Formats: sequence, C-alpha cells, structure tokens
Amino acid sequence: MTLVNVLYVGVLLFCLGLYGTLTRRNVIGILLSVEIMANSVNVILVAFSRFTQNLLGQVFAVFVMSLTVAEVVVGLALVILLYRTMRHTDIDEASRLRH
Amino acid sequence: MLELVGIAAVVGVLVAAAVSVVFGTNLVHSVLLLAVMLFTTAVLFVILDAPFLAGIQVMLYAGGVVTLMLFAIMLTRRSGGVAVNNETIKGRRLPAAILCSGLFALLAWSIHQTTDFPNGGDNVLATRQLGITLFTEQALSFEVLGVLLLAATIGAIVLARKRDHGEPEPAGAFQRPARGRKEATR
Repeated sequence: MTLVNVLYVGVLLFCLGLYGTLTRRNVIGILLSVEIMANSVNVILVAFSRFTQNLLGQVFAVFVMSLTVAEVVVGLALVILLYRTMRHTDIDEASRLRH
Repeated sequence: MLELVGIAAVVGVLVAAAVSVVFGTNLVHSVLLLAVMLFTTAVLFVILDAPFLAGIQVMLYAGGVVTLMLFAIMLTRRSGGVAVNNETIKGRRLPAAILCSGLFALLAWSIHQTTDFPNGGDNVLATRQLGITLFTEQALSFEVLGVLLLAATIGAIVLARKRDHGEPEPAGAFQRPARGRKEATR
C-alpha cells in the first residue's frame, strides 16, 4: 500500500463527509458526517507518519481523536438541549434564538 | 498479491460503510455503519504500522462515541416509535454534490500531479517512541489537551443538565414555600 492510494482514500472519505455535513437534516446525522471527515484526516496523518518515518503524524492523530471526542460530547449535549426546547432535532427549523 | 487483495477489501468496506452512513435514511443504521467504518479504519491503522492508534480508535470511537450517539438518538426519538427522520435537504443536494465532487476532483488532480512522494523505508515506528515524544517534546500540547477535555466535560454537563428555566435556586429557607406553590400550579 503506497502513500498515494491512502491519500486517495482519505480525500474520498473527506468529500463524502463534507457532502453529508452539507445535506443532512438531522443534527445527529451532521455529527456523524463530521466524524467521517475527522477520521479521514486521521488516516492521512497516519499514512504520512508511516511513509516519512516521522512520529509527529501519529501524535497529531492522537490529538485529533481527543478533539473529536470532545466535540462529539459537547455536540450531543447541545442536541439534547435542542430537543428539550424544540422537541425535534431538525437543523432547518432550529433558526430561532428563543423558543 | 494476497496482501493486496486484503488491503483492497479493507478499503472497499471502509468506503462502502462511509457511503451508507452519508446516504442512508435510517439514523440508527447510520450510527451502526459508522461503527463499522471506525473499526475498518482501525484495521487500516494496523496495516499502516500504527497499532497503538488502532487500539485507541477501537476503545475511544467504536466503544465511546458510537454508544454516545446511540444514547442521543434514543433520548431524542419522538414518542410513538416513529423511525428517526434522517432525510437530506432536497434543495441542497445538487449544490453540495457539485461542491464535493469538485473538491474531490481538485484534490485528486493535485495528488495525481505530485511525483516525489516520500517513501522512507520500512522501519516500524515503535509505540514506545510515540509515548516518549508525547510526554517530552509535546508535553505542553498534551496538558492543554487535558484542560480542553475537562472544559468539554464540564460544558456538556452544564448544557445537558435539567434546569428550572433560568430560575436560580432558592437562597433561603423562606423562599421554598413560594417555589412549591408555583410548582403546584404548573
């Protein structure tokens, strides 16, 4: 497996995640797509770390993972808050500041 | 040859799972397919000689994040057992598809144009070395990350806590009857 192939896979996953982020109606669906994007970045970082023999790529991947988990935790708390105030999790209808 | 087939199968499962997550209509299925995708990424990490990251991936994502997502779906599921709505927004499909395929074409073209990719030997980077780097060279970043995780935890607890719609807790004992009366009329 060469670096070029991994880069193609990572780029494809990133674009898929971007499409999901832009088109999903449900907030949880958007969070899932953001997960895919972060995951593709991790794949590319690890691939560069492997093929340049530099450990900083893996260190960065660890940081990206932790940041993604923090983002998911806060995002899901916001989703539950949104559901509690609006009784739904549709992103298009959540356009008011007060309910 | 056999190795190549195995890697191709792993990549195929990875991309297929990602496609089903993005285009699926059932949100619960999407989350479970995301778990498949994250496990397959862990396998890819093993192929890329990063076993420590593969372990973290399985524990953190497939164990933690997917469970959290399922919890959130079950908590926000509408009463009556209706399947969770996970449609895409219709008027936004075409522009998003154009944008994403354009971005993919641009990135793939630039990867295609590049010729001198690094291929620095087959030394496996040891997990021990990763730990040493993380705790000496990158120690400050690591500590900042710990503070960030603490802040995220506290923030999530504060946000998702049940609250009395902005009313502060009663300070003295004499306020308690008033609050009780209000609750009774509610």
